[in-house]
Amino acid sequence: MKLLYFAWLRQKTGKSEETLTPPPEVTTVRELAVYLSAHGYADAFGDLTRLRAAVNQVHVGFDASIAAGDEIAFFPPVTGG
Amino acid sequence: MNATIRIQTEAFDMAREVQALSQPGVGAVATFTGHVRGDDRLDALIIEHYPGMTEREIARCVTEAERRWQLLGATIIHRVGELKPGDPIVLVAVAAGHRADAFAACEFLMDHLKTKATFWKQERRGSATHWVDAKASDDGAVERWFGRPSE
Repeated sequence: MKLLYFAWLRQKTGKSEETLTPPPEVTTVRELAVYLSAHGYADAFGDLTRLRAAVNQVHVGFDASIAAGDEIAFFPPVTGG
Repeated sequence: MNATIRIQTEAFDMAREVQALSQPGVGAVATFTGHVRGDDRLDALIIEHYPGMTEREIARCVTEAERRWQLLGATIIHRVGELKPGDPIVLVAVAAGHRADAFAACEFLMDHLKTKATFWKQERRGSATHWVDAKASDDGAVERWFGRPSE
């Protein structure tokens, strides 16, 4: 799956996007975030309350399902306008 | 309805955008322009976004506004990149037959843009940069359009 990071999350992960194949037991956005936290992104994903997510360019909650081929984005709450 | 959604670095010409919304039947065009507020010796605002999702999210907001009000056109332009205090950031212009629909939809679109559209602002003062935090008051502004769950 394709992962995207924005704003300070992009700075903490050191990249704006990457392609990743998590283990099959990772089936939700929350499980993916926990997986990322345990695999080198402890600083970026340490506090999920500070993050929001989108799957295939639609805002979702952390319980949303994910699948191979999805575009999954993590970012802080938006501040446009 | 004609909806124009643009994310761009360059400035926009509000008069031209309002003119472009003109068509038979339009009796009202409501516009909102947001500017960079020069708080606390701000030197610049740097705005980034999620290309693709931003446009889709704004389009979803426009669809919802169309469902609620009688609209004839809408133009939403949001700038990204580095902006200076006083620079215009965002334009929302809504055309309708009557002013009540235009005013309401313009405010609705702006409230939704603030809480749904995938933009992030960074402030720069001298050599220091700081990511702007989301405001709870913006969430409150958008929630009032949906009323209480029991309604």
